Amino acid sequence: MESGVFFSDYRRDMALRRLPLEKMRMAIFVVAVLVFPFVASNYWLNLANQIAIATVGALGLNILVGYTGQISMGQGAFMAVGAYTSGILTARFDIPFYLSIIVASLMSAAVGLLFGLPSLRLKGLYLAIATLAAQQVVEWVVTHWTALTGGTEALVLPAPELFGIRLNRDFSFYWFGVVIAALTALFVANLFRSRVGRAFVAIRDQDIAASAIGVNVFKYKLVSFATSSFFVGLSGALIAHYRTIVTWERFTIETSILYLAMIIIGGLGTISGSFFGAAFMVLLPAMINTLGRSLQGTAPELVALLPSIQQAVFGIVIILFLVLEPEGLAKLWRNIKDYFKVWPFSY
Amino acid sequence: MDVFLQLTFSGVSNGMVYALVATGFVIIYKASDVINFAQGEFLLFGAYLAFAFIAQFGLPWSIGVLLTMATALVLGLVVERLVLRPLIGEPIISMIMVTIGLQSVLKAVVHGVWGAQPKAFPNFIPSGQFVLGGVVLGADRLLSIFIAGALLVLLTLFFRYTRDGIAMRAIADDQQAALSMGISIKRVLAVAWAMAAGTAAVGGIMVANLVGVSHDISGVGLRVFPVVILGGLDSISGAIIGGAIIGLLESYTGGYIGHGLNLIVPFIVLVLVLMVRPYGLFGKVIIERV
Repeated sequence: MESGVFFSDYRRDMALRRLPLEKMRMAIFVVAVLVFPFVASNYWLNLANQIAIATVGALGLNILVGYTGQISMGQGAFMAVGAYTSGILTARFDIPFYLSIIVASLMSAAVGLLFGLPSLRLKGLYLAIATLAAQQVVEWVVTHWTALTGGTEALVLPAPELFGIRLNRDFSFYWFGVVIAALTALFVANLFRSRVGRAFVAIRDQDIAASAIGVNVFKYKLVSFATSSFFVGLSGALIAHYRTIVTWERFTIETSILYLAMIIIGGLGTISGSFFGAAFMVLLPAMINTLGRSLQGTAPELVALLPSIQQAVFGIVIILFLVLEPEGLAKLWRNIKDYFKVWPFSY
Repeated sequence: MDVFLQLTFSGVSNGMVYALVATGFVIIYKASDVINFAQGEFLLFGAYLAFAFIAQFGLPWSIGVLLTMATALVLGLVVERLVLRPLIGEPIISMIMVTIGLQSVLKAVVHGVWGAQPKAFPNFIPSGQFVLGGVVLGADRLLSIFIAGALLVLLTLFFRYTRDGIAMRAIADDQQAALSMGISIKRVLAVAWAMAAGTAAVGGIMVANLVGVSHDISGVGLRVFPVVILGGLDSISGAIIGGAIIGLLESYTGGYIGHGLNLIVPFIVLVLVLMVRPYGLFGKVIIERV
């Protein structure tokens, strides 16, 4: 059980998974992830891939919003930079995709750095509006710089290939997507055990106090913007190669909002929350769709309303979480764990 | 020269519509420090309500407009009570996200009830034209300038002379001091949201009259951000002048440069304003070092 555990050295106290039960849960999760593709249908594999990609993006956004406290509405723009950079490199210059996604992520980090500059003077609401403007500017560039991006036409990419294996099926892409998502999660988990990550958290909690204890607020804000945009761009590039097609409609302000909703519903400033939020936001519309389809026989007029229902549920879920459980699914999960910590002898 | 005057006229008239929408933002921001991302959906709702009352139920336009206003006021009150009040004192990101959630719900309701097809707006606003010095002045555009002007004067008077208006300014200035003087924040917030929804309904009718009843109307909500930032988030007169400047800017870049640049120039101005003078032209100067 989890209660009454004490550590006598720092190494064990600082471990990512400290308790036997935590290790066991992690092991079960890993086994489930490994077994999943062999038992799941293509429909579920597709959803799993979407969740893996969204988790990378949500982790990236969480670095900036959840851990550093800088509100960004430019998620869609950074994803667009990643997707288009990687797409253009593979489609026009025949660069292998495992290189192009790295270049794309770095490119996105550079753009993030640029749009992070207003954060040196602005915070809170004003920063949110500045990043909103960045989103609009990038969207405009993508749709109007036709020579580079193809404008509003779709950019078609070759199927990604790794070690001679074509990742053009859900099954083969799954392994790649899951590994990237796992590496990202590991990186972020370790980031917040380091000096840099703790500086981010200090800035979020009290920026003036942070600068008083020697955190260079300007520098770390920019580092946070760049790191966050790196992973956001990575997830954009992953989407591009997963779909093998890039269209600008995928990276609008709606995308920014979707990802903000993910990390809020999942839990701001938590790693598990990024995953929960991504899974929730991918599964929710899919489930509503399935439900609507299954009711087709009894209530056919419902099917025409499905898009509206999805949108309404999306909004209602955001509002309900903010009003009832602002710390999101990660907190709910913690509550469940806490409940069973002393079960059945709870007081 | 004619082109220039024509562009100026359409710029100012668009700008006045922006100003009207921007006042909705300003009222809410003044009362509660919240930016309402659902303002564009309030417009949408107003436009579709007016469409429903006048075109679908066949009511005379005066009654239709009054009913639209009344429904919008009620909507504002309901939204404040159900969504905003539980979140008083929460961090900014919660406030932003909750209005985004609201936006999604409102959009879905409009979409679900009226469908995705654009509708023709019932033409009760006269559509004649005057020619003045080589410039074609559309009566509907002139009227929109007039209506916006009148409403803005009323709002300015409201903030200066009425009890609720002064209470709102007090709360914006210092919430705790206002509370200890016996001002009810709940009441003021309710009034603010009702007023914002009301002005948005009028704005919605005016936008619908210019571009037709469609889902594009909600996009105006986003286009107004440069206006409020330029004018200052807490200034009504800033909203008017900011609206005029942004309207003109869009009109000139659209007319002389083109390439859809008119859609993006306001946002570039927004970033510049934020970098140089974040509180805008007329906003209250709050110096906070970061």
